[in-house]
Formats: sequence, C-alpha cells, structure tokens
Amino acid sequence: MKEIAEYMGIWVFAEQRKSKLMEVSLECLGGGKQLAEKLDIDLSAVLIGYNVEELGRELIAYGADNVYMIDHPLLGIYQSDAYAKVTADLIHEHKPEIFLLGATSIGMDLAPTVAAMLNTGLSAHVTGLEVDEKRQLRQIVPGFGGKVMAVVVCPNHRPQMATVRLGVFKKPMRDESRRGNIVKVEVDITEDDLRDKTIRMVEEKPKEKPLEGAEIVVAGGWGMRAVGGFKPVRELAELLGASVGGTRPALDEGWIVEEQMIGQSGKTVRPKLYIGLGISGEMHHTVGILDSEVIVAVNNDENAPIFQVADVGIVGDLREVLPRLLKEFEKIMMSG
Amino acid sequence: MHKVTLDPVTKTLRRGDVPTVINPLDKHALEEGLRIRDEYGGKVTAVNMGREETICREALAMGADEAIQLCDKAFGPGADTLATAYTLSKAIKKIGNFDLVLCGNETVDGSTAQVPPQLAVFLGVPHVTRARKLGFITERKLRVERSIEYGYMIVETSLPAVIAVTKEINTPRIPTVEGILESYQKEVKAWCAEDIEAEEERLGSTGSPTTIVDFLIPEIKRRGEILKGPADEVSRLLVQRLHELGVI
Repeated sequence: MKEIAEYMGIWVFAEQRKSKLMEVSLECLGGGKQLAEKLDIDLSAVLIGYNVEELGRELIAYGADNVYMIDHPLLGIYQSDAYAKVTADLIHEHKPEIFLLGATSIGMDLAPTVAAMLNTGLSAHVTGLEVDEKRQLRQIVPGFGGKVMAVVVCPNHRPQMATVRLGVFKKPMRDESRRGNIVKVEVDITEDDLRDKTIRMVEEKPKEKPLEGAEIVVAGGWGMRAVGGFKPVRELAELLGASVGGTRPALDEGWIVEEQMIGQSGKTVRPKLYIGLGISGEMHHTVGILDSEVIVAVNNDENAPIFQVADVGIVGDLREVLPRLLKEFEKIMMSG
Repeated sequence: MHKVTLDPVTKTLRRGDVPTVINPLDKHALEEGLRIRDEYGGKVTAVNMGREETICREALAMGADEAIQLCDKAFGPGADTLATAYTLSKAIKKIGNFDLVLCGNETVDGSTAQVPPQLAVFLGVPHVTRARKLGFITERKLRVERSIEYGYMIVETSLPAVIAVTKEINTPRIPTVEGILESYQKEVKAWCAEDIEAEEERLGSTGSPTTIVDFLIPEIKRRGEILKGPADEVSRLLVQRLHELGVI
C-alpha cells in the first residue's frame, strides 16, 4: 500500500492538437487552480508533443506553476501506447495526488489506460470537484440514468483521477507576467515501442456553428417528428445566431451529428439561453443544460420532465407554436 | 419491482425484476467479430459478467461459437471499471490464445468508456477506442479508423489487441430462427472466481479504488413559468419574457 501522504500536487494533462492547446485543458487549469489554492500546493501541467515549447509558456500564463514537457518527434500526434507510458512514468516519479484530464476523444482514451497502469481510480466526465477536510477529492458524476448525482471518492489509491468535460470549469485569465518552471523530460522512444501507431489525424471543420462557447443554443428532440424534422430548429438558430443541439433520439434520426448531442454521453453547454423544442427532458439530456442561465422549453406534454427545469415553457402543439414563435423572434430581432 | 432503484445504505443498484439487456454497442462488437470470422475464419467467444444467461444466449443466437458467463457474488456489486476490467482479463487469459478482443466503446448506464483500455492494460496488449472501421493489413496487423471530434485518426495496431467499437462500424445481424434453435445446442459455460484464478482482493468493491459515498439530488431553482393558451398569445408572451430577462 503506497503512502497516501507522499502524494502531493494537482496535475492537469495539457492536451494539444497540431500545436494548439485544447480549451478543456485550459479550463482544467482553472478548476485545478481552485483545488491547488485550497490545498496550498502546486499546479502542474503535463505537455506531450513535438516543438511545443511555446505551449509550455502558455500553460504557465494560464496558471501552471510547473510544466513537465515531453518534446519528441514521434509524439507530435497522440500515440495511445507511448503517451500512456510516458505519463504513467512521470506520475510514478513525481507522485501527484490529483490528475485531471479533459474528457475528449484523446483524454477518454489516455485516462483509463494510465489509471490501470497505476492501479488507481478514475471518474469519468465529472460535473464537479471538491476537496474535503481529509484532502480527499470528491468527484461528482451523473449517476444511474442521471436522476441523481453520485459523489465518488478514491480513498486508498493515488493519484485520484478524473476526466472533465468542456464547460464544467472556467478558463483562467491569461497572465503573461506569471513565472513558472518548464521541466524538459527526456524520453527514449523508437518506432518499435509503438505497438499501435497513429498514422495521421484528419480534422474537418464543423459544418455548423459548434456548441462550444455558444451564447444561445436551440435544441430539438424526438417531438420534432410532429413537424417533419429539424428545419424549424435550424431556422430559429440561424435567426438568433445560435448553435444547434439535440438529444440522442435526434442523433439517431440523423437530424444532428454526434458533436451536437447534449447530455450525459454528449456535450455540456452553459449558454445564456437554451431553447428545447420537442424535448421531453429526460435527465440523460438535462444534465447537459443545467448551467444555462435561462432554460426555455416547448412541448405538447405538460407532464414532460423538461418543465421541471425550465424557466419559461410553452405547453402546446409544436405545429401551431413553432411558426408563431419564429415570427415573434423575428419581430424582436428586427426591432432590436 | 420493475424499476432500478438505489439502495441508500449500500449505495449500490437494486435491479429487482428489471430484465438485463445487451449493451447496444456490444452488439456491434459481436457483429464485427462474426463478420471477421465469416470472412477469414476463426472462433468467436462471447464473455459476459452477470448473474443470468440471457446475454450469452442472445450472443449464441446471433452466431457466437461459444459463450462464457462470469458469475460469482465476488464479482459485484460495487465493482468499478478497474475491478471489472481485471475480472474480464482473468477470464480471457483463461480462454487462452486470443487474437482480438472486441468491446462496445461504452455502456449506456455509466458510459465511462473505461473498461476496454483498462482491459488491454491487464492483458498486456495495445488497444484502440472509438473504432468505426476495421481492416486487416496483414494477418497480424489491423488498420483502424478511429473517430474523434470533427474527424478521425488512422491507427495501425499489431495483434493481439483490444478494439472498442462505435455504432458506425456495422449493422448487427438479427438472429435467425435457425440460429436461435442452433444456439440451444450450445452450452453456456459458467465460470466463477476460482475458475479464472482471480485474486479476491482485486474483485468487486474490494478491488475497486473508487467508491460511491453519497448521492445528491440536484437542487433545481428555476422560474418554472408555464404558458398555456392560444399559440399566438403564448409565443408572444414567451419572447416578451425572454426580452425582460435580458437574454434576447
């Protein structure tokens, strides 16, 4: 049994793609900073890539006290095997008590691999983190269909690991004057070490305005069947300059792509205005919208759970309401 | 009892009479295994951790050659992904010679997507998650298209490996009547902790570094204004309200 007390420090995995830091990693620095201040310890970032020295400085500007930087020609792009091994080795050596990663397609691959290598606990897509009087990390996750939040702890293993979704923490202010340490870590990796090798990564521009950072979100669900599909959702979104989102049924119908799905296994949004059309409001979906400033819902079923989380709602037939609603929004957008 | 409820004392699930179903993504994983077997030969073994045979029976009906039920009080409840991955790894090691382990990328309940990579670590093999397409480069090398946000990665992996699949990868076959009848001839092997030589302290809640200590029912403080009436009127009122609230 490892000595828990030996483990100190908050670490954040600083994910970079094509030499650009991911927003969620910067947000984790924000959340990590709050924990670090409460525990009176350092905040460090792990940065893996190729020719990423500038990113190291950026991480310090965003609040990292230390950056463990692994700069290697074979590691410019995410390599499942190598990134995990390098990260686990670093953690073995430096023993942080908490390790946070963004819940991206890379973070969700790297985190469980590292956790298993270190034989430690990992919570997925946490919606909140706190430390208690015993320095223990309380990890809040959506549980069992989302009707409740579960509080998870990892009492006897270190580091305590968690993946965090975009929008859970706030990105810190950038401060050029901040000082910190960049620790260059040498690693010995050859092609033969990579049992699985990423040959290339192809990123396509999202076809529609992404949900990330959206001020207004218009989302649709199964109820849009009644009006023949998503056209009204997109019309309203365009009018308001909003991003389009939806539920899993909307994804299954092909009305949205995976990146537009909001909920437990999708995105968390925190717009100033969320409008849910034809959405019943099962917790699977609503866990992703609860941080919205104002929640609006339109549904023909007055018992739909969405109305329990709405600020303003319309109970009515979408076929009657949507065209008129669109007109009213048009009027006010023109006069504004 | 037709609902899954939470036991407030043990902080675990009480499943009652709710029927267990195959995790939807696991059907895609099984289909991929069957597709590869049909094209290249080999044997497909389905492995399920749980108390009933239903999942294994469904897998056999779809065409799996063998099915193994991992059934033991020691395996759960309270097993987190690490303990689950450990249990599965011991079973697979017991099966012996394997080339490919296929899993659904995540489950519909916890949706952590953590078991496949952790399983790979315990088996000592590489893994690829979010696989939406698989192809063989050589007998011992796979080319995997891995979905990422707004795009994909091409990953080449040696075998043996663990591959976690997404629903884009295929359309699972529907069991035929023939297949179902044939499956009754096949035996579902039941293995317990001793059969797979699992160390007790790595199983169930004992073997789980994480544990649930509390439940919170999110406090929802919303205006909760519900508008009913003629469509013209409610639409006008809604937009007016949003203007008053300062969001548009």
